[in-house]
Amino acid sequence: MKDTALSNKHIALGAKMVPFAGYNMPVQYEGVNSEHQTVREGVGVFDVSHMGEFFISGPGALDLIQKITSNDASTLTIGRAQYSCMPNGKGGIVDDLIIYKLKEEEYLLVVNASNIKKDWDWISSFNTYGAEMKDLSEDYSLLAIQGPKAIEAMQSLSSINLAEIKYYHFEVADFAGVDDVIISATGYTGSGGFEIYCKNENASQVWDKVFEAGAVCDIKPIGLAARDTLRLEMGFCLYGNDIDDTTSPLEAGLGWITKLAKDDFNDKAFLAKQKEEGTTRKLIAFEMIDRGIPRHNYPIVDTNGNTIGRVTSGTMSPSMKKSIGLGYVTKNLSAVDNEIFVEIRNKQVKAKIVKLPFYKKA
Amino acid sequence: MNIPENLKYTKDHEWVRIEGDVATVGITDFAQGELGDIVYVEIETEGETLDIEEVFGSVEAVKTVSDLFMPLSGEIIEFNEELESSPETVNSDAYNDGWMVKIKLSNVEEVEGLLDATAYSALIG
Repeated sequence: MKDTALSNKHIALGAKMVPFAGYNMPVQYEGVNSEHQTVREGVGVFDVSHMGEFFISGPGALDLIQKITSNDASTLTIGRAQYSCMPNGKGGIVDDLIIYKLKEEEYLLVVNASNIKKDWDWISSFNTYGAEMKDLSEDYSLLAIQGPKAIEAMQSLSSINLAEIKYYHFEVADFAGVDDVIISATGYTGSGGFEIYCKNENASQVWDKVFEAGAVCDIKPIGLAARDTLRLEMGFCLYGNDIDDTTSPLEAGLGWITKLAKDDFNDKAFLAKQKEEGTTRKLIAFEMIDRGIPRHNYPIVDTNGNTIGRVTSGTMSPSMKKSIGLGYVTKNLSAVDNEIFVEIRNKQVKAKIVKLPFYKKA
Repeated sequence: MNIPENLKYTKDHEWVRIEGDVATVGITDFAQGELGDIVYVEIETEGETLDIEEVFGSVEAVKTVSDLFMPLSGEIIEFNEELESSPETVNSDAYNDGWMVKIKLSNVEEVEGLLDATAYSALIG
């Protein structure tokens, strides 16, 4: 199992460590509910250095990225990032990712840790464009500094004005005494903040300075368990749960990153046809009406007990103290306010389909 | 680690307080710590008579669901209704207010098979 550059810091802080995607990662420090609340109301820091970083450059870089992704990367300008996914050629998804345009003809692709090898092999297999590809996943650390107080807590660490970085924009600038850090106004929590990409050799210094600077805002370390509850309250998809090799981006509600007007890309014809004909199932969000917590893979049934789908993610929402979930159901039963039932330990428990996000700022 | 001397334990990380032929049951301090924030305790077996090691309910943390096993055979005569609205009591007071069920024992001799505090302490190392 691999350590991140910060694993020892987490252990010293008393984190509960778990193996995740081949890395020794902190799943929680104080407790998931309090960590969740820290990010919703203050500011917290996640070590998400397990994520993969691919650098793609050269005259063929954009062509390669356009071929393998569903969103339109040609609309990116330097300093902007884009959420996208890689269709798998069979109507499913290889992975979801964020694409950063660093320079003309130079891009950073950030992929899920559990898919680094699969993604690398997949992208390489389409590189007939002569793009230069580098996998620097093992060289880069990633800290997510998230929460409404993130700007206030971090401003003293950089000479640039953090408040001016718009959502899904980034700057390459000095941060915590380190030059050329990527400061990106992105995240997976719905509470605002930054993601900070730096080299492993600087990670320790950045981590320490983040805590020194953030002390006035009572900054805290946050584990992967709270990362999951935070993203789920927003309805952000998790690869391996809500999207995978068998789910199409259109079924998953990712039509907004599926740009059928762009030139050829993997699965374009399939997705165009699926869009025209309509999908047979749809990823929906639901709240439990009766007591029980939905979990990954629990069956979803209709009022007659017929199976109409499956739960893909579920939890007790720490912000709302309600049981919430995502799941696929038959398209004609997917309307908001429809009643469905989740089978929890052989019992059918009533739920209702709702709009996303579950969590709305007060 | 808090492991009271006056209680008995199971390998499934439950504690048992024996008073005559009634056993009060909960999960140990170690178990609540491993589970993390407990968000739901489901016990729908009140009034049922179950055998030792049968499932009598479940306890859910944010990320996980764990079955609760009968430490001894008997009838579930009471469950802690307070846990319906305050499941976090299991985290804050595992051995007292966080109790889960009371069992009227059908075979008091089974108590001999439970672990004492020393044996349980060795189990969790």
